[in-house]
This record gives sequence, C-alpha cells and structure tokens, in this order.
Amino acid sequence: MTVEFWLEAAIADARARGLDDLPRLLETLAGATMALRQADWNRDATGDARASAVGSGVPPPDPA
Amino acid sequence: MSDAPDSLVTTAARLERRDVTAAAVVDGCLDRIERGRALNAFIDVFAREARAQAERVDREIEQGRYRGPLHGIPISLKDLIDVRGRATTAASRVRAGHVAKADARVVARLRRAGAIVIGKCNLHEFAFGTTSEDSAYGPVRHPHDPTRSAGGSSGGSAVSVATGMAFASIGTDTGGSIRIPAAVCGLVGLKPTDGEVPCDGIVPLSATLDHAGPIARSVDDAWLVHQVIAGRRLARDKPLHARTPSSLTLGVPRAYFFDRLAREVRDSVAEALDRLRASGVRIVDAELPHAPLIAPVYLHIVLSEAAEYHRRTLDARPGDYTPSVRLRLEMGRYVLAEDYVRALRGRDVLREDVKRMLLQFDALALPTLPLLAPPLGAATISLDGVDEPVRTVMLRLTQLFNLTGNPAVTIPCGSSSAGLPCGLQLVGRRGATPELLAVALACERQLASPP
Repeated sequence: MTVEFWLEAAIADARARGLDDLPRLLETLAGATMALRQADWNRDATGDARASAVGSGVPPPDPA
Repeated sequence: MSDAPDSLVTTAARLERRDVTAAAVVDGCLDRIERGRALNAFIDVFAREARAQAERVDREIEQGRYRGPLHGIPISLKDLIDVRGRATTAASRVRAGHVAKADARVVARLRRAGAIVIGKCNLHEFAFGTTSEDSAYGPVRHPHDPTRSAGGSSGGSAVSVATGMAFASIGTDTGGSIRIPAAVCGLVGLKPTDGEVPCDGIVPLSATLDHAGPIARSVDDAWLVHQVIAGRRLARDKPLHARTPSSLTLGVPRAYFFDRLAREVRDSVAEALDRLRASGVRIVDAELPHAPLIAPVYLHIVLSEAAEYHRRTLDARPGDYTPSVRLRLEMGRYVLAEDYVRALRGRDVLREDVKRMLLQFDALALPTLPLLAPPLGAATISLDGVDEPVRTVMLRLTQLFNLTGNPAVTIPCGSSSAGLPCGLQLVGRRGATPELLAVALACERQLASPP
C-alpha cells in the first residue's frame, strides 16, 4: 500500500468515526512513514536495496 | 518555594548519626507539600503512612538497625507506579476505581532499603506527553514560574524534588520523560540502560521504549537511588568516584542535535562545554549517520505500542481521555504492521550507530532539550524561524536513547536570564550506567564550581 493511498483511507476512516482533528496528525505520520520507507536499511525481495523506496510513493533519492 | 532541604546524601548521614529524626524529615517534606499545593505536584499524599513509617525508622535506628542511605528518606513516585492498596491513576479518568494489588518491584526494593514513600506525583496522562498539562488532575506548574510547564511526563516528580517535597522521585522515561522535567527544573535525571530497572507494576506506554529511573538533586543522590531500584547492593565502602577531567573524552554530536536550539540553551551548553574543556576534558565533534530518521522510527514504535495497550478503553470510554492524548493514541491505530517492522529494524541500525560512536568517547554530551520550560498551553514553538509542535521539539534530543537503550543522564548547566534552568545530557555505553554516572559526577563538579 502506498503512503498516499494509506493516508486517503486513514483520513476517510477517521472522519467517519467523528475524529475530525485526527487527519492533520495522520498527515504528519504520513511524512514520517515516507521517510522510514526511504531509509537505507530497508530490504527488497529483488536484493536491490534502492528498489525498496518504490512502494513509498516518493521517488528514491538521486544517486548523484 | 526555595527552602529545599539538604541533599539526600547529607540527610542520610544525619539520620545515621541521629542528628535528625526521620519524623522531622518527613514532617519537613509534608509541610513543603502543603505550602506548594498550587504547583499541583501530587495526586495522592501518604501523610499518615509516612509519619507512621518514620516513627518505625526512628526506633530501628535507635536500636542500631540502620539499613543504609535510603533508610528514613522520603521518596515520591510518579503515579504510574503501583503501590499496594492505592490507586495508580496515570493521571487519567480511565483509571477511576483502580487499586493496585501489589507494590511494583521498584517500590518493593525502595521499601526494603527503608525509604519512605511520601506520595504519588502528577504527570502527563498515561505518560503520553512532555508538558504534564494534559492530566485529569490539572496541570503541573513550574516551581520558578507557575505559568510554565515543569516538563513531562514525570513533571510532578521533578517539582517534588526541586521544592524539597521529596528527596528523590522515581519517574519513567519512554522518550525523555525523566530527563526532560529534570532538565527544565534544574535537577539530575537518569534514564538507565534498558532492562536495568524492572518495569513490572508500572503502567506501560511502549514496552520497547519504557525505562524507570530516579530524579534527584545531585548525581550522588541519583546514584544511591538508582542502585536500590536496580537491585544492586548498596556498597557503602564503594562510593561513586568522579572521573578525573583530564582522563575524559566527550563526543559532541553537532549535526541534528544542535541544529535548532533556543538561544539561551545554545549559550548555556556552549559555556558548559567550554568550562569542561578548560578543566582538561577533551571535547571532540561526533556524527550520527541516521540522525534525521530518529523521529520517524520513534513515532512508529511508540504509537503502535501505546495504541495496542489502550485499544479496549479507546473504544469503550473515549471521553475519559484528555482530547489530545486520545488523538495521539488513535493515531497509533493506523500504523501499518510493515512500517512498525521497518521502525524496529531502524532501531537496531540506530543502536549500532550509537555503539560505534561511543567506541571513541567516554560519553556523548549534548543539550537535554532544545528549549527552556515552555508556557503552559503553548501548542507550537518557533526555533530559528521553524514552527513545530512543542512535544516534537521537547522529545528531539532524548528519544534516540530510548530507542538504543543507552544510559543517559541530565545534569544542570546554567539558567536563562529569567532563572529557567537548562540541562546538559550525557550518554554512556549500554550496560555501563555506573561508568556514565562517574563521568556525570566529574562534569557536575566542574559546572557547579565558580567559573
């Protein structure tokens, strides 16, 4: 699940539950999750560490 | 309130010599608790029990049955820690009607050492915050300026020690909750190595990150209490020996940890490091490769684990939480399992980073927090032109060492022009809490002596 898709679903669920102040906190969490998914310690089934950033919804860091 | 009594070490010696009675020591603390009610440091005061125990202590000492330096010493507890037959409120309406069935292990150890539990202190609800203002019992107020926060989450504990309501307090620290209030109240606060002090009988916030430890007025006092709650024998012939300044090398991680600091914090820490350097300590710059990922790793672990503990009451009694604590707990219910696992892997990476860094140094030295005691009610704070939530800022420099498990202690290092204290954080190798305190004692002496 991409972070964008997760965030959209989480905000919809929070609003449905009447937690109207939660979406802004979920946006903060989404930023932290994106950073976490780009970390250099992530593993990938192809064996290519850089490919692991693909699912984060943000481009992998520029190798340059 | 400025009439704090002698240190724990000094009072212990006076009790042993029978220069003072435990009854008088307890009465002094109870009197200061009464006069300091407006600070809201305590949720429950054990006046009757403490007086009765003091009488027993005086009889024991008179009969030559002195147990050691904590015998007859009044100590407070963060109200997250179980005391048999009393409520553990966690500063929350969610805990209404709770009665603890047994003492937490740290309390049992304090009692065996003869300490007198004087009462239970106010805190940020369920320890999930850094200001001690979200509490079912009202906000804890700073002893130097009651319009400001005393830090948190162990805010009441820090106030009780700073004002002489207790000689030391036991707090808990999941992201900085011992070190933060200790620093903003001008005290010593020790988060020991992970696993060193048992957390059973203590309401959890995040089992992976929770630690228990002392808040005290000096490194010597903290050392005595730490030994007892860690289950060590109090070796009276082996006092803590300060390291010689010229034998010390401190690593100072500049990037990230000094990036955005309040001017008065930056000045106080710089002056402290200059004074340590002048005394012979080697000060060397250090670097932590993954520093920008500390907060994301911390956030995913603490939110997930807190949400797991609170699942049932979040659904059944959401209105019994303070609104902001409830929202943060709800946030944790949305963390995906795969991201929690990524964060656990990141924790291992950060632990290795810090371990490698500490191979070159006796300890790391850095500010305990980037700002002075914030005003009560402040949601955000601006540092170097960047607005951030107060909680995020207050945790920034301490949460790493909950992730890595390294022992970390804050000692006072000056104060602002308005008299608000500032803390210097020292961090040691895992498993080497006594060695860290020997470093802290050396630094404390240098910083306490006139320039």
